[in-house]
Amino acid sequence: MNTLFDERLDGGLPTREQSEVLADLQRALPDMTLLHREEDLRPFECDGLSAYRALPMLVALPGTLEQVEILLKRCHALGVPVVTRGAGTGLSGGAMPLSHGVLLVLSRFSRILEIDPDARTARVQPGVRNLAISEAAAPFGLYYAPDPSSQIACSIGGNVAENAGGVHCLKYGLTVHNVIKIEVLTIEGERMTLGADALDAPGFDLLALFNGSEGMLGVVTEVTVKLLPKPESAKVLMASFDDIEKAGNAVGAIIAAGIIPGGLEMMDNLAIRAAEDFIGAGYPVEAEAILLCELDGVEADVDDDCETVRRVLEKAGATDIRQARDDAERALFWAGRKNAFPAVGRMSPDYYCMDGTIPRRELARVLKGIGDLGEAYGLRVANVFHAGDGNMHPLILFDANQPGEFERAEALGGQILELCVEVGGTITGEHGVGREKINQMCAQFSPVELATFRAAKHAFDPGELLNPGKNIPTPARCSEFRLTKSAGDAPAPTQALQNHG
Amino acid sequence: MVTTHDIPDHDASEALAERIRRAEAEGTPLRIVGGDTKAFYGRRVEGETLSTREHRGITEYDPVELIVSVRTGTPLRELEAALAANGQMLPCEPPHFGEDATVGGMIATGLSGPRRPWAGSVRDFVLGTRIITRQGSEQRFGGQVMKNVAGYDLSRLMVGAQGTLGLLTEVSMKVLPLPGATRSLHLDMPLAEALEKLSEWGRQPLPITAAAWLDGALHLRLEGGPSSVAATAERLGGDELKADFWEALREQRLAFFAAEDSRPLWRLSLPHHTPALELPGVNDPDVLYDWAGAQRWVRSELAADALHEAVGRAGGHATCFRGARGQPVDAPFAPLPPVIEKYHRNLKAELDPRGIFNPGRLYAAF
Repeated sequence: MNTLFDERLDGGLPTREQSEVLADLQRALPDMTLLHREEDLRPFECDGLSAYRALPMLVALPGTLEQVEILLKRCHALGVPVVTRGAGTGLSGGAMPLSHGVLLVLSRFSRILEIDPDARTARVQPGVRNLAISEAAAPFGLYYAPDPSSQIACSIGGNVAENAGGVHCLKYGLTVHNVIKIEVLTIEGERMTLGADALDAPGFDLLALFNGSEGMLGVVTEVTVKLLPKPESAKVLMASFDDIEKAGNAVGAIIAAGIIPGGLEMMDNLAIRAAEDFIGAGYPVEAEAILLCELDGVEADVDDDCETVRRVLEKAGATDIRQARDDAERALFWAGRKNAFPAVGRMSPDYYCMDGTIPRRELARVLKGIGDLGEAYGLRVANVFHAGDGNMHPLILFDANQPGEFERAEALGGQILELCVEVGGTITGEHGVGREKINQMCAQFSPVELATFRAAKHAFDPGELLNPGKNIPTPARCSEFRLTKSAGDAPAPTQALQNHG
Repeated sequence: MVTTHDIPDHDASEALAERIRRAEAEGTPLRIVGGDTKAFYGRRVEGETLSTREHRGITEYDPVELIVSVRTGTPLRELEAALAANGQMLPCEPPHFGEDATVGGMIATGLSGPRRPWAGSVRDFVLGTRIITRQGSEQRFGGQVMKNVAGYDLSRLMVGAQGTLGLLTEVSMKVLPLPGATRSLHLDMPLAEALEKLSEWGRQPLPITAAAWLDGALHLRLEGGPSSVAATAERLGGDELKADFWEALREQRLAFFAAEDSRPLWRLSLPHHTPALELPGVNDPDVLYDWAGAQRWVRSELAADALHEAVGRAGGHATCFRGARGQPVDAPFAPLPPVIEKYHRNLKAELDPRGIFNPGRLYAAF
């Protein structure tokens, strides 16, 4: 079943002529950059999920808050949809444009407004890159904890929209745990402050609601994040296993020993070989799985914990355990993991990254299920896993130039997500639903639950102008999804195999 | 999977849903009650009592997953005992304010204890909820996994909403291991110095997990590995403080909170490093500083408007936590800015248009 915006299933969109909207916005905002020629629009046709593309009607690149405010008010008056985009690194098509909509690009809001070492906060514009915050805070011995793999490029506004995670979530939380205040513009152009410089604010927790709302409730125009003191010490252990199930059990054993690692990552053989080939991190290419376990905190505790974890890993059947000798080797161990996606990308013309989360105890069953599905669809799957928090990133390898292969990858991905739901997990741990997983939302939530989501949306945007078609599917789409499922006419494994052959 | 047999297990969701369907049909306001230990907090609700007490029990607890799912009528102390039996805890350290406090009351009020600035608040540990909506259907949001960004985060929206958006029937929370070592210290020092020290220590990776200033002394708790706790205690000096101080602080059993004091008890939420506020008629002994300065308890007869204004100017907000002589307060919470209030009303209108769920509990308008 197609994922692209389909007015029949996703609801009709207002159809204003481009020339009309262009003239209106140029009149209201003569000083704002507004792109309208096809060659200028082309670079914005997709975000980090490049398989899904659509040319926006217009691209607005405001430079001031007033311009954003006027733009929203005009779009609201004209009934024109607005899709907000940060750095465009999102992996779920959350910033995918609409051909009838304005793409609001916030990349020019890239200033760090204030680092307050006493308050331990940073106040930044939404276009500031995630890593830039930690770099600016470093002279004070502080840093911003959430570190998605795209942290060199992704913006904090996008992090808030997707409630981005990273490799340190189990101990330090997601974006929602590390943002204390945001400034927001509503679709009507009203300004709101959600959260506070204090630890809480009166009324409903709208700050929590806006984190991960995928730009569908308002436009984030400023973000204040909490900064943490850099741990005094961080050490990484790398354990090899000849069996992936043993590695999975080792994760549980570490937690059972009362230890919460700063990072706890698992990679399977295909991912290990890809990363090693690309980075040369010193990974054991013969291992069926490796675990990277980072312990951080006060030096004396870290040393004690390293000993405990080493014993646990030995008992769990690790074939080899290595501790990074120094910070350089620690960085190298992590570089392999953080570059796993592009590394896998080098092994195959294309790859498709999934993002399901499962209860950890189901790991062995899910990995086996993924293996079986991959075989049935005739596609290879590499597995990278935030083992500490159960967030899996199966990477499906395919070649878009082979007819039907992308469709097979997409169908396989959908099946993997449905498997995650089946074992009590979720279709997305940190990448967001966006456009990509719109169909699988129908598998995870019942029609009445989806109706409650829509009610929350309508409290802020009754006209459904902010990022329509993302995150929450319409009843029509879910009816079609269920029909398709029961009829079994999705690209089925058997059919896929025939195509493949 | 560990099932916890010690806690009576009973699923009353169907009866609760039926009661809500009737209330929705008749337009009857419901006053949602768990242990009724936090009735003082918020506005008085006129309505038929709907008790969650029969809906109790831990539905899933696998210590290795660090997640517990529990029905909201479960007594908080029973949940905490089940966690402690497995060497785990609710890191947000919620206050009980009475023997019968329930899990639902913890979520609905969203109140956290002394560890909050370091570990996080109740909402930070909520992973998923089940809610009975006005239509009388039990719906699941969030989940029983650590990371989940599917759909809007309605679970965390319920925390602190005091039951005004739906009936909470179950919650899944992240839990953590109990700390390996704990020490509590008493250091004599004036307030200004304490706030300065706390700011300085806050920039360093120290195992501090509670910090309160009262009676001319900074009270500190250290938690973590035995090595770091011992080393930090030695470095900071001071005298040993009895560990039960923190529970007495959390439960408001210290002399500062004594019921004989007839003045209202205000809670000020402020940026932690804010210097002592100049409030007319408020002297040093009238203020207790918790959360390293981010939560301040004030005994004062000062007019509400004046307090809201002064605290707002400093970047925080004030709540009349307990009224004079323990009487109910008509407007305990800080007034909302007009735009924010508009969206509160919209949310209430979308999720509870007939106003059956704890109407007026937070603000008179919704």
